[in-house]
Amino acid sequence: MDIADQIAQYLVSGLSTGAIYALIGIGFAIIYNSTEIINFAQGELVMLGGMFTLFFLNSLQMPLPLAIFCAVASSTAVGVLFERLTIRPLKSPTPLALIIITIGGSILIRGLTMLIGGKDTHALPAFSGSEPIMIGTATILPQHLWIFALTALAIAANKIFFQYTITGKAMRACAVNRRAAGLVGIDVKRMVFFSFAISSSLGSLAGIIVAPLTMTSYDVGIMLGLKGFCAAIIGGLSGGLGTVLGGLILGVLESLGAGLISSGYKDAIAFIILLLILFIRPQGLFGKAQTERV
Amino acid sequence: MKRILLLITLLTLTAGSAFAAQDTINIGALFSVTGPPSFLGEPERNSANMVVDEINAKGGIKGKKLKLIVHDTQGDPTKAVQAANRLIKEDKVVAIIGPSTTGETMAVLPVAEKEGIPLISCAAGSKITDPVKKWVFKTAQNDGLAVGKIYEYLAKKKLTKVAILTVSDGFGSSGREQLKANAEKMGIQVVIDETYGPKDTDMTSQLTKIRGSQAQALICWGTNPGPAIIAKNVKQLGIKLPLFMSHGVSSKKFIELAGDAAEGIMLPSGKVIVSDVLPGSDKQKKSLLAFVKDYKKHFKAEGDHFGGHAWDAVMLLKGAIERGAVTPAAIRDQLEKTNHFAGIGGVFNFSAADHAGLSKDAFVLVEIKNRDWALVK
Repeated sequence: MDIADQIAQYLVSGLSTGAIYALIGIGFAIIYNSTEIINFAQGELVMLGGMFTLFFLNSLQMPLPLAIFCAVASSTAVGVLFERLTIRPLKSPTPLALIIITIGGSILIRGLTMLIGGKDTHALPAFSGSEPIMIGTATILPQHLWIFALTALAIAANKIFFQYTITGKAMRACAVNRRAAGLVGIDVKRMVFFSFAISSSLGSLAGIIVAPLTMTSYDVGIMLGLKGFCAAIIGGLSGGLGTVLGGLILGVLESLGAGLISSGYKDAIAFIILLLILFIRPQGLFGKAQTERV
Repeated sequence: MKRILLLITLLTLTAGSAFAAQDTINIGALFSVTGPPSFLGEPERNSANMVVDEINAKGGIKGKKLKLIVHDTQGDPTKAVQAANRLIKEDKVVAIIGPSTTGETMAVLPVAEKEGIPLISCAAGSKITDPVKKWVFKTAQNDGLAVGKIYEYLAKKKLTKVAILTVSDGFGSSGREQLKANAEKMGIQVVIDETYGPKDTDMTSQLTKIRGSQAQALICWGTNPGPAIIAKNVKQLGIKLPLFMSHGVSSKKFIELAGDAAEGIMLPSGKVIVSDVLPGSDKQKKSLLAFVKDYKKHFKAEGDHFGGHAWDAVMLLKGAIERGAVTPAAIRDQLEKTNHFAGIGGVFNFSAADHAGLSKDAFVLVEIKNRDWALVK
């Protein structure tokens, strides 16, 4: 097999992993834009998606589509509850305190899941079989198509929500200037609540669609969360196309790096990119330089 | 006055416990019951407790009951060292079983050597007993034996070029060293040497490279879930090479995780998982069947190798004490004289030059067929 065929496979693999990073990254961005905090518990919601699906599927014997729906609903409930119990009651929400709270929350969610669900790794059935599909000389699984389709759908739905609905516009207003948004009568706390709901459901959806490929266990959230965070940073924490491209770029670079350079450096590549972006272009690859808000 | 009273009470208490210690033999155990290696520590603790209870129910050893004191090391070498010191200084144990992992064992090893307490490790790393340390033994099979089993099969099938894909943790790097070190003398050439991270979720990049190479067989060294993902990736990429896994995945969990992709995979494994299909002439069969049956009865789960390592350790100690050893030094000497002990991990023959005690017969090569294990002839 020649090098072109190999590269085709790296690209296809990279894009499918990247799509997941994008979906998780958007969750980070949405919360950041309405609260200015990085929710480090985002990775745990990804994990919860997979674990809840497993629970509904195996313990309650639900059919897969229903189990997925219930899992997204439950994870969203956890995300919303998390906001209610930890973020909202804070008297003086400094960014540092908020970030530390989300880290604490993520450890709590991970610990509880381990105690209740056990430490084992579990496999989720693929949505529609596991016969490989040929694309040119590269092969992918039907599950990858689900990942592309559901990611595209989720991102499109987001776009429509933020562009064309009153609530979406109100959330964007909060992102631009919380104080001004409050002054014109937008219930900022409500928008924060919504942002947690949306990002939890996106995160858990990401966790569910990758679980058939990557397995799931109580501790998968850490790495997926960090990669999603990288994607969001590359995209300049934009809730839209920037983060999607960020995720795809990250996935492809990882895959190419592992294939062409050395697999030992796969994770290092992601974090080197993260550091470079933070040093050189903190506004993200596609963002315009921001002027300090006064 | 009060102070003197307190002192007297304390003195009587300690004297009392010292006296009580006369009818029991304290054995220490270090297992990572929680933490990342809990898949080792949990069955090890269960098995050790189970076999100690059984020995005590039958009246103990020479009228003395065994007391197993287990400390959870959480897979952390620092905690393991602290716990080892506590076992030796506070609990006055005559021997220590564990730790579960090679890293922890290497950290605890100097303590056992300094204090003169026999240590029977349940970890696999060959450096634990190579070179031989006076007070240190181990029950888990060396990685090198597993590698030998795979290479033997490859040599028989005249497959000489292999690709190896190992996980970048202690288990994987030890396997990688052994795979590379043993290749040449078996007439095998490692043409591709790739690694993956323990938390990686997609290995198609590494496998694509292997697909485009000269390799005639693929050997993957890791513990769940990585190898299950690799099995799925191999199927996705349509790689037709014979795929070998390590003994790190020889449990039903692997078949469950990999699903259909597990079919046809071969791996070297201890004999626990195939205990029912072993020929009657196998020396270990009796021990294996007893262990599997007991474990199922007590814990409603399949007994595995990891539990077997602790089972072997307790039984080796039992043998030494039965032969008259009381003090740590005498137990060490008797352990070293253990001969033809057919345990779970294999048939143990310790000597002054060999504290691992197993030969490559400790492994069998199995193939996954119809979601179950089959012996490869």
